[in-house]
Parts: sequence; C-alpha cells; structure tokens
Amino acid sequence: MSEHHELGFIRKYVFSVDHKVIGIQYAITGLLFLLFGFCLMMIMRWQLAYPGEALPLVASWLEHSNKMPGGVMGPDLYNAFGAMHGTIMVFLGVVPLAVGGFGNYLVPLQIGAPDMAFPKLNAASYWSYFVGGVIMLGSFFLPEGPAQSGWTSYPPLSNLAGTGQTFWLVGMIYLVASSLLGSVNFLVTIIQLRAKGLSFFRMPFFVWAQFVTAFLLLLAFPPLQAAAVFQLMDRVVGTSFFLPSGLVVGGTPLAVAGGGNPILWQHLFWFLAHPEVYVLILPAIGLVTEVIVNNTRKPLYGYKTMVYSLLFLGFMSFVVWAHHMFMTGMGTTMSNFFQATTMIISIPSVILLSCLIITLWGGSIRYTLPMHFALAFLPMFAIGGLTGLPLGLAAADIYLHDTYYVIGHFHYVVAPGTLFALFAGIYHWYPKATGRMMNQVLGKLHFWISFLAINGIFMPMFIQGFAGVSRRLAIPNFYAHSEAVQGTNVFMSISAWILGAAQLLFIINFFMSMKTGKKATDNPWDATTLEWATPTPPPHGNFLQEPVVHRGPYEYSVPGKATDYIPQQVS
Amino acid sequence: MSTAVIHYIDQPHPVTGVTNSKLGVWLFIASEVMLFGALFSSYIVLRIGDPAWPHGWTILNVPLATLNTMILITSSVTMVMSWASLMMNRFDRFRLYMILTILLGLGFMVVKGFEYAHKFEHGHFPRTDNFYGIYFTLTGLHGLHVLGGILVNFYFLVTGKSLWTKSPKMFAGRIEAAGLYWHFVDLVWIFLFPSIYLL
Amino acid sequence: MDSPSIYGWWLPPNLSAHGAIIDQLIIVMHVFMVALFVGWGLFFVYCLIRFRQRTGHKARHDLPHSKVPKFIEVAVVLFEAAILVGLSYPAWSKLRTAFPNKENATNIRIVAQQFAWNIQYPGRDGVFGRTDPKMVSDSNPIGLDLNDPSAKDDITTLSQLHFPVDKPVLAELSSKDVIHSFFIPVLRVKQDAVPGMKIPIWWEATKTGQFEIACAQLCGNGHTTMRGFVSIDTPEEYAAWTAEREKELTP
Repeated sequence: MSEHHELGFIRKYVFSVDHKVIGIQYAITGLLFLLFGFCLMMIMRWQLAYPGEALPLVASWLEHSNKMPGGVMGPDLYNAFGAMHGTIMVFLGVVPLAVGGFGNYLVPLQIGAPDMAFPKLNAASYWSYFVGGVIMLGSFFLPEGPAQSGWTSYPPLSNLAGTGQTFWLVGMIYLVASSLLGSVNFLVTIIQLRAKGLSFFRMPFFVWAQFVTAFLLLLAFPPLQAAAVFQLMDRVVGTSFFLPSGLVVGGTPLAVAGGGNPILWQHLFWFLAHPEVYVLILPAIGLVTEVIVNNTRKPLYGYKTMVYSLLFLGFMSFVVWAHHMFMTGMGTTMSNFFQATTMIISIPSVILLSCLIITLWGGSIRYTLPMHFALAFLPMFAIGGLTGLPLGLAAADIYLHDTYYVIGHFHYVVAPGTLFALFAGIYHWYPKATGRMMNQVLGKLHFWISFLAINGIFMPMFIQGFAGVSRRLAIPNFYAHSEAVQGTNVFMSISAWILGAAQLLFIINFFMSMKTGKKATDNPWDATTLEWATPTPPPHGNFLQEPVVHRGPYEYSVPGKATDYIPQQVS
Repeated sequence: MSTAVIHYIDQPHPVTGVTNSKLGVWLFIASEVMLFGALFSSYIVLRIGDPAWPHGWTILNVPLATLNTMILITSSVTMVMSWASLMMNRFDRFRLYMILTILLGLGFMVVKGFEYAHKFEHGHFPRTDNFYGIYFTLTGLHGLHVLGGILVNFYFLVTGKSLWTKSPKMFAGRIEAAGLYWHFVDLVWIFLFPSIYLL
Repeated sequence: MDSPSIYGWWLPPNLSAHGAIIDQLIIVMHVFMVALFVGWGLFFVYCLIRFRQRTGHKARHDLPHSKVPKFIEVAVVLFEAAILVGLSYPAWSKLRTAFPNKENATNIRIVAQQFAWNIQYPGRDGVFGRTDPKMVSDSNPIGLDLNDPSAKDDITTLSQLHFPVDKPVLAELSSKDVIHSFFIPVLRVKQDAVPGMKIPIWWEATKTGQFEIACAQLCGNGHTTMRGFVSIDTPEEYAAWTAEREKELTP
C-alpha cells in the first residue's frame, strides 16, 4: 500500500475493501441469518410437537393475523418457514460464514498475502450477498408470504406459487453472483499470491479446502443460474420450460403452451446443489483440521493423501447429482451410474475422516475450547456421512427417499458437523481478530449443552425415517405410521429449544469477551501457520514485511527442537 | 503499517505466466461456459422431448442472423486490433478500434432489436411455445452478455487515457482481459447461431 | 381399520412379496455403518484417553507407521462394491424393470392431484378409457371421455385403492398438476408422480388389511392431508367391491 490517507468510518468499516473487514462482515451477517433461520425452525417445532395448538405468547399477537389464525400454524406458513429455513441456512448462513467469513479472513493471512487479489471485487461480492439477503427477508412481508415450495423449488409447484417464489429467484441471482465473484477471487488469490516458499504442498489444509470449494462454487452455480432464469421466464413471461402440456390445476386447464419438463429443473438444480453440499462441508473439514493438528501437537497424518482426496472429492461431486432423483422414473442405466459414483465419492470422505482420527494417535492432545468442538465434529460427521450410504443405494432409497431419514442425514453433516466446525473456528481465531480470549466457562457450557441438545434433535429423525414419516408434513401425526412416533417429536422440539437457549451463552460470550476477555498474545495457541505471525489484530496489509516460508504448515514436536512447534516462516 | 503490495497486477506470475486479471477472466469464462452449457443442455432436453419442434430456418430470419454473425466476428477482430494498438504504443489507434468494436456491438444489438420487434409484431412471444421460449431466452441472455461487454468497453474507452498514462502495462492487461471476454461472447454466438437458426 | 400397533419405531412390517430385498439392503448397509462407526469410535476414544496431554508425555512427530488403515480402506471399498453390485443393482433392476404381465395383474392408473389420488380401473373390458384434460370437472377429476366405448365400464375412485392380495398390481402413475409421490410404507412402494410423464410401477401384497397412501413430495398446502386409503382384499372381497362400484356406473 503506497501512500495511504486515513479513511473515514464508512470507507474503513462499511464499504471496506480489506479482506479482514469483509470477512467479519460476512461472518456477522452469516451468524445473524443462522440465528434467524434457526428461529424459524424453533417455531415450526412447536407445531411438530403440539400439532394444532396455538403458539404460546406469540399466539395472542397473531390472533387476528391472517398468517396464523388463532395463533396456530397452518400448512402454508409451515411450508413457507420450511422453505426459507433451508434457503437461509444454506445460502445466507453457512456458506457466507464458512467461505465468505472464514475464507476471506484466513486465506490471505495463511498464504502470506497482503489481501485478496481483487479487493474491490471482494467488497462487491459481500454487498451482492447483502442485497440478496435483503430480498429474501423482504419476501416475508409479501401478502402471500415468501417462497413455500421447499428450498428445492421443484416445478410445477414453484412455477404456480405466489410472488414469494419470484423474490426467491431474484434473491438467488444476487447470491449466485456474489458466489461467482468470490470464487474467482479465492482462486486467483491462492494461485498467484502465495508468499515466497509457500508451495502448494506447504499450504495449510484449510487453504486447500477453500481452493477446492472455490472451484465447486465457480463451476456448479451457473446451471442453477440458468434454471432460475428459466423459472423466472416461466413465472413472469409465461413460458413453459418446466410445464408439461395438459396440466389441470384446481380444476382449470393451465393456459400455457406446455411442452416443458419438470425434471429439467431437477437436473439443473441438483447439478449445483450436490456440489453445494460439499461447499458446506469442505471449509468445515479445513477448520477442524487446523484446530485438531494444533491441539494434538503433531503433524497432520496423511496430508498428501488428504489433499488428493479433496481434489478427487471435488471432481466426483459433479457426477453424483441424480442420486437426489432416483424416484423420478429413472431406469437402470442412469440409476446404476449414479449409484456407482455415489459409492465412489464416499471413499475420499472416509479417507478424510480417517486421517483426522489417526492424527490423534501419538499426539499430546490439549482439550482447549476449540478442540472440544473440533473433536465432536468427527463422530458427528461420521454419522452424517454414513447415513448417506443407504440413501445412495437406489433400492434402499425407494423406502427412505423424502422421509425424515434424509433430514437426519444432512442435518448431522451440517448441524453438529459444519456448525460445530464453525464454532471451533470462532473460538480458535477470535483471539487473533480481537486480541482477546473468549470466556472458557461459558464456552464449555455452550459446547456441552449444544452437543447433547443437537443430538437430541437429529438422532430421533432416523427413527422417524425408518417408520416412514415423510418430509414436510405440516401435521406430523396425520398418518398411522407417523402417529406411532409422535412422541419423538416432543423430545426433538424440547431439544431444539434447549439448543436455542444455549446459543445465548455463545452470543453473550462473543460480545462480552471483546471488552472483558483475557488479553491474548499474538499466538496464544502456539500455532505454526502464517496468520499467527502478524500483529493482533492484523493491520491493513497484514504482515509488517512480506513473509518467506521455509517449511510445511504442521511442524509440531519436531525431534531435537526446543519448542514443540516451529512456525512456517522461521528459517 | 505494512509495506506489502498485491503482486502480479501488471507483471505476470513467474510460474503461471499470467497476471491476476488474466487468470481471473479465464476463470470467469469457465463459469460462463458452465452457464451457457446448462442453457444449451436445456435446449437439447426440451427439443428432444418435443416431436413437433420446428426447424429454426422456417421461423427465424437466417440472412439477418448471418449478418449479425459477421458483425460480431468483425468486432472480435477490431477488439484484437485495439489491444494490438496498445502493444504498439498507438493509443490513437486503440481509440479508433475500440470505437469500431463498440459500434459493431451496438449494431449487433440493433439488428437483434429488429428481429425481436418483428416477432412481437406478429404475435410471437416467449410464451407462444418452447421454440420461441428458448429462442428469446438464449439469444436474450447472450444479448445481455454482449451489452455487458459493450459497457465495459465503453468504460475503458472513456477512462482509458488516464490509466494508460499512469500504468500502460496494467491498462493493456485490462484491455486484453476485456478482449478475452468479448471473444468468448462471440464464440457463444458461433454456437447459438447454427443450433437455433440452422437446425 | 388398521391397528396402530403394527407401526412403531422401526420399519413397519413388510407386507409385500418384493419388499424384502429393500429391507435386506437397508439392514445390511446399517450393519456395515454401525461396524464402521463403532470401529472408528473405539479408536477415537482410545486416542482421546491414551494421548491426552500430561506431564512426561510428548507427541511423536513421526507418523504412525502402519499398514492397517490401508487394509481397512480397501476392505471398505470392496464391501461397498459388493453391496452395490451384489444387492442394490439386482434389487433396483427387479423392482423397476421386472414388470408382471398385464394379463396376470390387477391393472390400475393412479393420477395424483392437489390433494387426492385418483384411481382408475379399466373395468371388465380390461381397457382403460380415454381421458382428456379438457373434460376435467369436479365430478370427473380425471377427465374420463364417456364417449369412448372403453370408458363406460371404467371404475374411478377418489383416494380409495382396492386390490386383491397375492396378485401383482401393475400401476401407471401420473399427475394432473404438480409433482406428487405415491408411497405405501407397508408395501415398500414409492414413486414420484410427475405431470407430463406416465411412470409404470408394480407391487404384490402378501397380507390383507387397511393401510394408507402418503404423499412423499411437497405438493402444496394439502401435502400432508392428501391421504389415500388402501384396502388389500381377499379375492372375494375385491370381487364384491368391484361389483358395488360397477352398480354406480352411469349406464
């Protein structure tokens, strides 16, 4: 940075082009959306536990509302909350926090760069996300409510839905644009701006994870962009890309040209949405790797194998998408192909998880607060990943498709999986960003209550899945087979409310520690990677001098050395 | 305060051999390939599923579209010439060729406007049937990309002098990046034209 | 009415001839999953205890040198391949391509709509009558064209599915409006009903009783309540039911 006049507040903290400020913007916005999305679900869980009963407290306010007559949640509101819960958590919460937040903040630091390759583009990415988020939130105020056709927006249902769906599509276009600009930035930054001596195989695993994630975002999102354009054309201009001929809706033939194909949407959507789920997990695996290695005080087991697994996983993620579509009338050829690729893609996941667990062998494990979350991630991700296997076998999927088994499967990966990894990351890097340690007591309480509650929510979902309970049922006990497991709903809802309450501990800790947290040194965890070699918090430009890297990222407990770690930039 | 600087803005990276913006544009183009790939794939799916899909030449104006193809190809040539002029240190020539490129791009849009207007006058809209739906959506999205390119080129034409004076290498790099994008947009048309008009 | 006691916290009883392979696949896969999880879990807990930080204990920089992980990995791959090719491929093939003969089956057409299941039987002539979307009305939800001679004996019901036990059912599934999904848990039957497509499925029940059809694809506000009723009849009951329905047909 040549001459540098003092920037005003707006340029420094609002429209900043500094990756750290942008990273924090993404993180805070993402956390707020996560909280909001979770609140939607906590309300839905009242209906699930006590179907037909009016919401306590809130019921009196909503008494005369046309949205919740009598304070009881009807199917329209249930479906609206459900669709927005999924959309907000995936696109407005987890990815912005994991990629926009942690990726933006850490990647330039970990590769020894002063910023991202395109700082202004970075800011544009954030604000595009922000606008998309505003549009999504705005849709709640429409008379017909927000989108209600699931986060998957299958036509013809989504074609025929109210204006909320149009808002969803327009919001998605902004979110996809944000992602595309961001991914270009990440890729150019990682390829071009690594410090001297930081070869690809000396990069921290977290950077590798962000690298592959960026490729997934870059190449997988455009088909969804295309699908969104097609659906907007269908809804706004009256085309029939997804509407077949001969539709009769509510007794009236639909006045469209027809000839369209609803399955086309599914192909385009899942072409993105499958890689998207790897976007949800890879940064998390990266975060967990950093925390585990640091707190085990020995190198990562199988670093190279893990990198190759990452690359293979990234490639394979593009050829499994139709395992979400086994029930659409698929023949044997297509089904056999996608079952095979799905089984194959489980292998790199198994390798990644195994390498992380094996890393613990021979280590000296410190049970720091971040380590609690990082360690918990491992069995939780195992459950999530393993329960994907029966779903990937088409014949088993006949029974399990669109049941609570699926919901249990993916929530295990994202909730006690990715979310715990994100918490591990926050507790671990908070001292670098703020110069303060977070409160350990509050943190450990947060961990234990969350861990128990989150399992309480999602483990019974497999029971419901085996019982055959379908997804997206606004009245959970309507069927004989679902009535039989209604008791689990009460248990799950109470767990969800306990989980919600536990997050207050985190929120309080997060803000309180900024003022009263124990002052942190530059490298409180005795870590080896480059982000810990900066002042705290890192200034604009990050490093006082351009770092030169002399060794790999995980030189812990090197025999014959005085300290049990050697930072990367030490010669 | 740090002395660090973002590298490879106007100098190529020693290993990759490209500047940041050149790599960035290639990656962006990769995502655009996926976008148009999805659009073309959807066209194929819908066409195969419809036994009565008409041949493009029976409905659309092939001579006009051929003219448009020539216009766009020529504009790619003038775009290269504008960059080559910068390489030869001829800013005046750059200006000339860039103006030509922009005019040709606008010409493409005008011809497209005539095509669309003609269809609308005869009561043919995107909703008429999926042939028209695909025609308008694919050429429309392509047209939006052409428009985007024109705007970028116009921006460089108008602000070029100051950046050329400050950092000629960086400016030439930007024009090269813009050129890569413009060639891509041209290439998409080279696929669109036969697959929609001639098949 | 069906006794709720057959439903519980596990797969409901399988009352189909073909569904056993689905249950077998689910169970075998879960045994494998549990084995992996327990294996990982035990190793994990062992490490957490044995290698915790304490005085006098140092971490070892050199990797654990063992061929065991590689062996286990290869075993996992082989096992998955075996389940895939040995169990899943044949199961899918049987369930989705080994259709019974029309002559030996109870033939029905199921047209899903918001929010009910239209069931059409071909009647004594064994031929389904022509349907036309333009003829859809409240009293004729599938748009049966009564001018078509084969349509005159067609039986149509709203969400009432009867068929005889121990005889295959050959069904053609479609939808009038949005994507629905036809799901009968005890028969291990599930298939999306996609508008614009006619998708054949088959099943064969092995026990009589009354059960439910659930919709397994979000289709709007009535997604939950579009329950259908399944009656698996003895041949005599089915004949009697059919006769009753025939009486109601317009002459």
